[in-house]
Amino acid sequence: MSTEIKEREPLFSAKNMRLIKTPINLTNPITVQVLGICSALAVTAKLMPAIVMSISVIVVMAVSNVVISLLRDGIPPRIRIIVQLVVIATMVILVDQVLKAFVYDVSKQLSVFVGLIITNCIIMGRLEAFAMSNKPWPAFLDGIGNGLGYGLILIIIAFLREFLGSGTILDMQVIPETFYEFGYKNNGLMILPPMALITVGVIIWVQRYYTRELIEKN
Amino acid sequence: MYTNGYIFRYAAIMVIIAAALLSTAAMLLKPFQERNVAIEKMGGILASAQIEGVNTENTIELFNKYVTEEIVVDQDGNVVESFKEGAKENGKAFKLNMKTELYNKKQGIGFELPIYVINQNGTKTYIFPMRGAGLWGPVWGNIALGEDFNTIKGVTFDHKGETPGLGAEITTDAFTSQFTGKTIFDKAGTFKSIKVKKGGAKTLPANEQIHGVDAISGGTITSDAVNDMIANVLEGYLPYIEKERKK
Repeated sequence: MSTEIKEREPLFSAKNMRLIKTPINLTNPITVQVLGICSALAVTAKLMPAIVMSISVIVVMAVSNVVISLLRDGIPPRIRIIVQLVVIATMVILVDQVLKAFVYDVSKQLSVFVGLIITNCIIMGRLEAFAMSNKPWPAFLDGIGNGLGYGLILIIIAFLREFLGSGTILDMQVIPETFYEFGYKNNGLMILPPMALITVGVIIWVQRYYTRELIEKN
Repeated sequence: MYTNGYIFRYAAIMVIIAAALLSTAAMLLKPFQERNVAIEKMGGILASAQIEGVNTENTIELFNKYVTEEIVVDQDGNVVESFKEGAKENGKAFKLNMKTELYNKKQGIGFELPIYVINQNGTKTYIFPMRGAGLWGPVWGNIALGEDFNTIKGVTFDHKGETPGLGAEITTDAFTSQFTGKTIFDKAGTFKSIKVKKGGAKTLPANEQIHGVDAISGGTITSDAVNDMIANVLEGYLPYIEKERKK
């Protein structure tokens, strides 16, 4: 009998930290995997809804990842997608109800998009690809990492769109009145969804310029 | 390993757990959510009467301070209930469901509508809640009339899901401020409502311009919906308004 005691992996080992870091840049859900674009366009006209949406997605993703990871040995493979959907749907409804109870104004702005987190491909993708075959702690970190990767892009887009489109940050005027007196005008186009797509494009361009690994070889 | 029986048991238990979790959460959070809806409703009523300094914390307090009377009127303009004492959110007027009442109106059967009276420095403002169908969902709002039951003191609008940047512009000051000072009756005393005019109120005949506002460009269907809502709801209040005007 081997008496060797398997050394416990520390909670924040390099390997675990990588689970959080890679989705922020190298496998970013929005800019590299191009998932969850729909909500990225819809809720980014102002910064506040984008922040609330990001937090909601992080919570839903982390908790569903942990739940699925805990259940992974008992889930019958034939109905695993249904089980994943039930877990996500339950979480999303809970988040929606909490938002309605405590941040009513923002929940009104987000309207259907909180409900549509259910259809966000990032979450299903992570449950199927990661949580089904990993322990709860790495699954939790993976959920947080992907949520952060999604949220980061959302917040960058929302910042640019609110700043250029309304001249405000979190509804506070940042472009001084004198600018407007000299003829500066807010760019109304930034408020409309197409500019969100173009902003995503610009972010992808900048990201690839600095992250050479992402550039296709041929 | 995974027999059909196991799969069915697994699915059944999972669904029961999810259902129990969701219904518990819904029950626990319901009071908070209803309070938010009530605060929003009160905020709209206060805003239409041009009362300033209202925020989510003091809405209930200000509402109880300014609203001196809640009236319920029926289809013939008779006052069914006049609620003056106590917390205003308990009044029958505040609890009336506009959707069902307006449906009854459409069916041609009896209906009841709420009116809020705000008394500010001795002048009374009468606020009439409105509701109608927009492009993607319901639109609603409040219209505040002065003591002459003719001149508009202010309006507010809100909506479930009109297009942002187009129809959703009905909630902006740029749109609602146009209503202030307009009248719903002409000089002869005929009911004119308020026309939300595509192309601008200036395209109306000169004597009609006092009854018209500019529609929202790109939001024609929502503008028409607001137009119809005002006409339809004020028609319901008309018997009461005309009785009061004769006094």
